Order: sequence, then C-alpha cells, then structure tokens
Amino acid sequence: MKRTPLFEAHKKLGARLIEFGGWEMPVFYTSIAEEHLATRKAAGLFDISHMGEIWVEGAGAGDFLNFVLTNDIRKLRPGLGQYTLLCNERGGVVDDLYVYQVGAAEFLMVVNASRKDEDFAWLKSRRAKFDLTLEDRSDQFGAVALQGPRAAAIAGAIIVDGANPTTLRKNEVLRAGKWLVSRTGYTGEDGFEIVAPSEAIGEVWARLLEAGRPHGLKPAGLGARDTLRTEVCYPLYGHELDEKTSPLEAGLGFFIALDKGDFIGKPVLLAEKAAGPRRRLAAFKMAGRCAPPRQGYPIWTAGSAKPVGVVTSGTQSPSLGMGIGMGYVEPIFSAPNTTIEIEIRGQRAPAVVVAKPIYKPERLEKP
Amino acid sequence: MNVPTDLKYAKTHEWVRVKGGSATVGITDHAQHELTDVVFVETPAIGRKLKAGESCAVVESVKTASDIYAPVSGEITAVNGELAQHPELVNTDPYGKGWLFEIKLTQASDLEQLMAADAYVKQISG
Repeated sequence: MKRTPLFEAHKKLGARLIEFGGWEMPVFYTSIAEEHLATRKAAGLFDISHMGEIWVEGAGAGDFLNFVLTNDIRKLRPGLGQYTLLCNERGGVVDDLYVYQVGAAEFLMVVNASRKDEDFAWLKSRRAKFDLTLEDRSDQFGAVALQGPRAAAIAGAIIVDGANPTTLRKNEVLRAGKWLVSRTGYTGEDGFEIVAPSEAIGEVWARLLEAGRPHGLKPAGLGARDTLRTEVCYPLYGHELDEKTSPLEAGLGFFIALDKGDFIGKPVLLAEKAAGPRRRLAAFKMAGRCAPPRQGYPIWTAGSAKPVGVVTSGTQSPSLGMGIGMGYVEPIFSAPNTTIEIEIRGQRAPAVVVAKPIYKPERLEKP
Repeated sequence: MNVPTDLKYAKTHEWVRVKGGSATVGITDHAQHELTDVVFVETPAIGRKLKAGESCAVVESVKTASDIYAPVSGEITAVNGELAQHPELVNTDPYGKGWLFEIKLTQASDLEQLMAADAYVKQISG
C-alpha cells in the first residue's frame, strides 16, 4: 500500500487507517461524526495526497482537453478551474475530475486515486495528433483540503510571497510559491485545496492545523469526507459513477457541453439526452429510525414485483441524524416526494426521494 | 483499553457475563472504539435459538455495518430495548448500559472456548 507524505503526521494524531484506492489513509482520527460536524460548523483539514496530478502542457493542450473532457475548456482562463468528466465512446465515465488552467498552455488535472493509472493510459492512447506533453506527476505532489465556514479565516496561514488565497473566488486557482491553491472542495462548504510538492506538504498541513485550532478546526479523515459529500450529493467514482454509467443519468448534465464541438462520447450523450436517460440518480432520506442504507441495497416501491433501483451511497447523516443516500432508479420514481423502500438485510424500510442536495450548507454552490 | 477481568471474551470482540445459566453479551470497549459512532443496533428476536459463532446482531456505525456473533449456543431471552433510542450507549458504556442481548445457555461447555481478560488483551495488542 502507498503512503502519503503526511502518513507519520496521521499516526501521531492517532488516526485509524484504512486502504483506499491502493493507499493507506486515515478514515478518522477521533470520530467520523465529530470530524463531519467540525467541518460543517468550523473547519476540517483533509489529506487528499492520494489524488492524482496529471499535467498537460503545450500548444495543443486546450484542444486536446476539449476533445477528451465533457465540460467546455474554453470557459477557463489562466487561474480558473472546472469540474469535468472523462468519458468513453459509449458515454460512460472513465473518471470525474477537476481541471485547472494554470498557465496559457498549462493545465493540471486532479483525478481520483483509484482511477489515475487508467486515466493516464486513456489520455496517452488518445493524444496522437495533439501537440502537447502529458505527465503523471502524482508521486511528486501531496495535497490537502481545508473545508468549512471558517476556512477563509484560517487560509491566511498559507499566504506565500504575498499570494493571498482568500482573494480567490469559487473555482479560481493561484500559485503561491511552489504551491497551487484553489477555492474548491468536496464537502459543499467554502474551502481551499492546496497542491504542493511532496516535501512541502507537511509544512502546509502543520501550518493550517496550528492556525485552525483556535477556530475549531479538526483533522478529518476519509470517513467524514464521504459523509460530507453524500449529504450534498456529490458523486464518488465507483459509487455513482463508472464506465457503464452516463453523466446524464448521474444528473451531471451541467458539466457536459453538448454545444462545444466534437468530444469523446458526444454522439451517445446527445442521443441519450434526446431520448431521456433510462435511469436517474435520486437522493433519499429514510422515513423512520432504521439501519443506515448502504451501497448495493435494492430499492423498491410498494407493489413493485422487483426492485426499481439500487443504492449507490448511503450513510447515517451526522448533520440530520437520519439515514440518507443516493441511488439509481427508474426515472418515474426519481421525483422528490416519491415514496420508496430500501431493502436492508431482507427487510424493507420506508424512504422518500428528496431534492438534491439532501443537506444544504449555507454557502453551497455547484461542485 | 478497558478489559474487565470478570468477563469472558470471544475472538470476534464480544464479551460475556455469566450468571447462573444465562449470559449477557455485548461488544468490548476495543470493538466500540474501532467502530466509533454507533448509530443503529439490530438485536436478535427473543426466543431465537443460536449456535455459538452464528451471526445474530448487527452494529451499524456511520461507516459500516458489523456482524455480531453469538459467543455461546442458546436461546435469546432478552434484548436491550434502550438501544433503539440510544444506540450510542454501545460507545459510552459498552460493558453496562450498552449490552446487546441475554442468552440462556444450552451448552455450558461453550464457555470453555472463550478467553479470559488477559488472553483477550494479548489478542488486541498483538
């Protein structure tokens, strides 16, 4: 298993470690619920060094990325990033990621740890005619996420060479010395993500931890990262997304620029948009006290002879104190207020489809 | 980690308190600490007959569902109804108010398969 440059720091903090995407990562330090609530009320600091960093540079970089990614790269300018998807020819999702335009012809893709090698191979195999260099520098970089309503007050601790991250607006990115700081995140809260060379990430972590303590910041593990993103209905690869799932089914149409010219998967996605997806990702809340829903549990409706869908993510919501989840259902069952049933170990428990996000932080904006 | 010496322990982290022909069962302090954030407990039906090692309850934390195994063979005579409203008792008082179920022993020799506190301490520190 791979270890991030912050591994020793996690051990000192007493982290409970698990395997995730080939990495030994903290799942929590004290408790998922505590770290979750600290992030909602104050701030959480997450090690996201497992994520991959792929650099694309050269005169053809922009055109190439617009050909392989679904969102419109022409909406970017140096200093701005966007959420986007890498799709296959069938319109399935190879990965979901953030792409940042760092310079005039320099782009950084931050990709899922579990998909990084697949992504890199995919990009290499399709780069033929484009004038660019493609480099997987994941092993040279670490990354942390500072998230929560107090994040901006804490981010002053990482002012380097006068580059002040608190001037960033949503999705903007700046270079601060050797660091890249963006106003992005995966919790629905305000926050920042900092990518820095492996040897420098320990300093970023330590400075933010120290500056954040008086504000109520806690180091937070992947457990809280997962419950936080589930409450705000952000997809997680391997749960809501995979190579057989289209981003339209996942409700990510906002990030698919069908009007931008050719890109991989476009014909299939156009046809699917015209016909309507055959299933839709619905968010739901459990109606009473019961065990939390989990990935893979069947979704029923009263009177259905077979399941009408399947849960992709589920947990007990620390913010709401009830079971919540997401799952793919036949489109007619995806409207808010639809009554559904989640099969939990052979017993069906009532649930209701709700509008996304399930929990709305005060500052929630689109991912 | 709290491991009371008057209890017996299963490898799968259940504790057993024997009184007469009955045993009260819960999960250990170590187990609740590993799980943290217990949010739901599914207890077995009263009257259910179990064999030692059989899965009979589920403790759900925020992160995951964990099976609980009958440490001894017998019949369920009581379950902790408090846990329906207060599953967090498993975290806050694992050897007391956080007990899971009571089982009437049908095979007293099952107790010999369980560990004493010192052996369990060795297992969890190993």
